[in-house]
Amino acid sequence: MKILTAIPKPLRAWVLPVLLLITWSVYGHVADNLSPAYVSILSVFERAYLLLASNELQLALEGSLTRLIKGLAIGAFIGFVVGGLLGASRLLDKLFGPSFNTLKQISLFAWIPLMSIWFGMGDTGKVVFLAMAAFFPMVVNTYEGVRSVPRELLEVARVTRLSRWQVIRLIVLPSAVPSIFTGFYLSIIYAWLAGIGAEYFLSSSPGVGTLLIDAQEHFLMDQIIVGVTVIGLVGLALNASAGRLEKSLLNWRGKSTATY
Amino acid sequence: MTSLTDYAAKTSAERWAWFPYKEQLWRALRSDRALSLIFPIALIILWFAAVEHQWLPEQILPAPSLMLATASDVISTGELFYHTSISVQRVILGFLLGAFIGLVFGVFIGLSRLAEEYLYPTFKLFVQVPSLAWLPMLMMLVGLEEALKIILIAKSAFVPVAMNTFNGLRAVSNRYIEVAKVFNFNRYQLLRYVVFPSSFPPIWNGVRFGLTHAWLALVGVELLASTEGLGYLIVWGRQLFQMDLVFVAVVVVGTIGYLLDKLLNHIELKVLHWRRDSF
Repeated sequence: MKILTAIPKPLRAWVLPVLLLITWSVYGHVADNLSPAYVSILSVFERAYLLLASNELQLALEGSLTRLIKGLAIGAFIGFVVGGLLGASRLLDKLFGPSFNTLKQISLFAWIPLMSIWFGMGDTGKVVFLAMAAFFPMVVNTYEGVRSVPRELLEVARVTRLSRWQVIRLIVLPSAVPSIFTGFYLSIIYAWLAGIGAEYFLSSSPGVGTLLIDAQEHFLMDQIIVGVTVIGLVGLALNASAGRLEKSLLNWRGKSTATY
Repeated sequence: MTSLTDYAAKTSAERWAWFPYKEQLWRALRSDRALSLIFPIALIILWFAAVEHQWLPEQILPAPSLMLATASDVISTGELFYHTSISVQRVILGFLLGAFIGLVFGVFIGLSRLAEEYLYPTFKLFVQVPSLAWLPMLMMLVGLEEALKIILIAKSAFVPVAMNTFNGLRAVSNRYIEVAKVFNFNRYQLLRYVVFPSSFPPIWNGVRFGLTHAWLALVGVELLASTEGLGYLIVWGRQLFQMDLVFVAVVVVGTIGYLLDKLLNHIELKVLHWRRDSF
């Protein structure tokens, strides 16, 4: 315990990763019969350099990210519209809400075989699958956001005789934005996950998931570690950019209420 | 012709005299449930029509009758039950393992600042990589056996449970803790009567997410590396271009996912009844 408290606070986060790295490299030197899956840290860097030099990694990233953006744009937009409609209209909610909630229960990857037959194994199938992954959380959270608009605000709107469009723009959207953003955030996470899955299960086109599954087939642990690291970094970057976008949008929201 | 004039002469009430449940029928037709059935029924009619007129080839959209026949076939041979029970066993084992570790880990880093400072940043990095991305590495380390599926499912359940437990414990309102201090609660009493009850809802949410993620991971891993289970049934049907089989398996996957979620919801209501009573 004394050692733990002796280390200064900012360094504490690094203790575990450094220990893990040391164990990793020491293991390679002392273990008698190394597991065939073992690779040294150095060979991971070599592999990363090779993949970069041959442009393979860049192509893979480009392929995965292009599909991610396409799928996300389509799925999140449709999800936003559907969620908004279901949230705003009791009738539509009653007509389609239960069906939607039933479909939502189907585990995402169970759709892959259907998608592959209906939309092909190529990029179209993948983008549709990604869009579907992004669609569900967006609908749920947009719906929740629209439903949770404070009743008092809508009453004020009725008193001040705002038009339908004004109600949506001035009242519903601003108060639903945080929830919609939660949905968008989840959409990104699910679409990224689905993108990797799609590359595993559908035919191979350049992508980070393809990089991983190829490496597994050829028993290249170093390439797997590079791939996992890249996936983690992209996930971090996506999270950070979504966070920044949300902050800027909520800033606008804060200002507009402050001016009243 | 007399019957027709008779009919016209009758009032509406007389016409419906033979059917005493008119009111109830009318109300049922206008109920929320009836409205919610319109869309699925329309889809089924469309499905029948599409098959009837052969708008789409059989491999893309199997006939409803074929699907029902396949369903009764795999049910009567016990095949469906076999694959389902394997999948459910895997998910329960993996989920319990992952949720338990997640709970312990979440409580540990949630209650101890020191543990948080040392472990949380690494945990956060680990979380950035989705379960599916760990799959190829796991396949190389532990092979394609049962352990692979259990570990991956456990990992998927572990992350949301640990995350929500940690956040839930940290979000306990300071006011409650101040009250506890006024009452001179000791550490055990503080945890037992203040911290755990008030962090139960977010923790339980994590457990629910954990189960959903576990089910998602199960289907993923079974699609990729399995010779039994519902995911395998889907892949197999796909390879044989037997869409009817794929449909049946997908329906079962959806139903079980739904039932698992309902079960946890039910437990939540049971456990949290004090919460509703107190308001």
